[in-house]
Amino acid sequence: MSGAQAPGVYEGAANVIAAGMLLLEFGMLRQALVRDQVRLYMAQSALISVLAIVIAADRNLPDLYALAALSAALKVVAVPLVLRRLLRRAGLDDEETPGVAGSNTLSPATAVLAGIVLAAFGFFCFGSLGIHGPGAPALALALAAAMVLVSFGLMIVRRDVASQAIGFFSLENAISLASLVVASGLPFILETGFLFDLLVAVVVFGMLIRAHHSRAESLSTADLTKLQG
Amino acid sequence: MIAVILALLIVPLAAAIACAVLPARLAPVITPVSGAVCFALVLALIPAAGHRDLNYLSYLRVDALSEIFLLATGFLYGAVAVYAVGYLKHHDEDRDQQHRDRYARRFYAGLNLFGWAMLAAPIMGSLALLWIAVEITTIVSALLVAIEDTDGAAEAAWKYVLIASAGLGLALLATVFAYFAGSQVLGEHYNLAISPLIEVSKNLPHTPVRLAFMLAVLGYGTKVGFFPVHTWLPDAHSEAPTPVSALLSGALLATSFYAILRYYQVASGNLGSGFPRDTLLAFGVASLLLAALYVFGQRDIKRLLAYSSVEHMGILAIGVSFGAPVALAGVLLHVLAHAAAKGNAFMGAGVFTVKFGTKQISALRGGLDVLPWSGPLFLIAVFALSAMPPSGIFRSEFQIVYGGLGSGNYTAAAVLVAGVTVVFFGLTASATRMLFTPAPARRALAHGELRRGEPSAWMVVPMVAGVAVLLILGLHPPGELTGLIARAVTQLGATR
Repeated sequence: MSGAQAPGVYEGAANVIAAGMLLLEFGMLRQALVRDQVRLYMAQSALISVLAIVIAADRNLPDLYALAALSAALKVVAVPLVLRRLLRRAGLDDEETPGVAGSNTLSPATAVLAGIVLAAFGFFCFGSLGIHGPGAPALALALAAAMVLVSFGLMIVRRDVASQAIGFFSLENAISLASLVVASGLPFILETGFLFDLLVAVVVFGMLIRAHHSRAESLSTADLTKLQG
Repeated sequence: MIAVILALLIVPLAAAIACAVLPARLAPVITPVSGAVCFALVLALIPAAGHRDLNYLSYLRVDALSEIFLLATGFLYGAVAVYAVGYLKHHDEDRDQQHRDRYARRFYAGLNLFGWAMLAAPIMGSLALLWIAVEITTIVSALLVAIEDTDGAAEAAWKYVLIASAGLGLALLATVFAYFAGSQVLGEHYNLAISPLIEVSKNLPHTPVRLAFMLAVLGYGTKVGFFPVHTWLPDAHSEAPTPVSALLSGALLATSFYAILRYYQVASGNLGSGFPRDTLLAFGVASLLLAALYVFGQRDIKRLLAYSSVEHMGILAIGVSFGAPVALAGVLLHVLAHAAAKGNAFMGAGVFTVKFGTKQISALRGGLDVLPWSGPLFLIAVFALSAMPPSGIFRSEFQIVYGGLGSGNYTAAAVLVAGVTVVFFGLTASATRMLFTPAPARRALAHGELRRGEPSAWMVVPMVAGVAVLLILGLHPPGELTGLIARAVTQLGATR
């Protein structure tokens, strides 16, 4: 996919980081405890910032250093803090009850197998499209597409609001990855706008999770079945 | 004109802030004033937008196409801002004043912010800012759906925010690929501006454009309510406070459809009309058929109207897929007429729910006896939605079907007519039961349980305005409006 020549530093780094992020996505998919899912999300978000720094250095785009810092502040610090606080309030973040367990509708093995199918579908579909350019490694883009589908899978197979929210945030990470590899030159003001939007979305997700917990006294979505037809 | 555009961005935002910080008793004054000013501002833009594209500060842009959607949102925001004053007078009447003030402050601030985001979206001259504006509409409206503090509202808000945000995630991917395509021709520092992208659309690489269009239809289509990503829509529409439901249905869905039309312009310039039109036709027909199936057997009046919205969004998509100038003119007229008709239908349904204290169709009886104004106005709105002449929707659907037949799309035009007819039966069956079945309302009237009369004149006046708009659009659309629509049709690249 990357041609006959060995990939350059930037392309190699982008591919390795993208593969690492996809593996972490699988980790979130199989991880039963929300607390550990948050940790995996932090690691995945940290990788995105590392990639932004690599691209900034390789392609001489100083804006991306600022973006990496902003992204780290938001996704590695702020979002996990909000999520951990929500879990603590829900009484699900101490040693005895370390997060929601067993909200998977599938067993971990089945969930991971389904994830592999989704990831392979996304990977090969995008790989065959042949979208690449001087600064857009096709392999990293195909891995981002695989991540998008696995994050959708995560939102579908989990039955608690916190995991579903984490699924959405990791979907956003997958899109950030795609954005960095094909649109790294996008003006800084627009990238900042996307991040600000994520921040507001996190706050709203948090408010709705709190509202749900105060009504249902759990984070489970099992009783969200009144509205049908 | 820059002053008018900036005022459109400032007035509703300032109103939202004022409602949040000033005493609650001022909010019912500030909100209708903001609504009226915004409607006047979008009207003031018609002559200029009908003749040229207005580009300012490199990120603000109003052309004929965006002005059509601004008109729909501006009118409905103005109407709902007045309606909300009457609606809130009857909300939580049994609660203490402190609770009601807190609710009113949050509600009015959210309503104005929602109006601001929807007015901002068509003004954004960049696909990135357009995405941000649409995402803000989701965030604000999700909070407004949740504001009722009931189990149903919490469930609907969670489903809405999760599904719509995931959909908008795909729309963000579409934005990324649009940038990738644009940067191949316009250079690395391309800022996703809409005008240059459309201008160079012929030279863009095909695959990223095709991908961006598909992702945009699926992503923004989630907010439009296209089948199969419509599942949040009936829940959110039925559980939101009625003024918010009216805005969701009449303005928000159209605003998201506007985003799809921008990608359609780029895609049809690049790929030719075949692929974009076929895609929209598939989503449109599927949405129309789903709505035709689901309008029967609905027990909640607001859910019924929500499925009617899915139908009308399907009609818009089918109309664009026909591609003929007369069909595209019909689509744009339909956006305006649907805003007025669906706004009226929701506002009428809101009066029923305030009067009867329920949304269940089976409990809403004798409407014409109890509600001397809202009863007939609701009936007119339902007939208008069902494309009865002389409403604007009759004219717009007639144009769409005529355009479909003229461009040789006989099967799709036949499906459209059949689907609309089925929905007509579903809607009118429920509406006539609510209005003409005497029991138990007449019994209740006799026992003094339900008094004949309107809950509030504030709730009737905007519906009268809606009927006037429907009649104007149906009988004789003003020359400046038809000029505006003709220019927008040219921008959409109509072909026979």
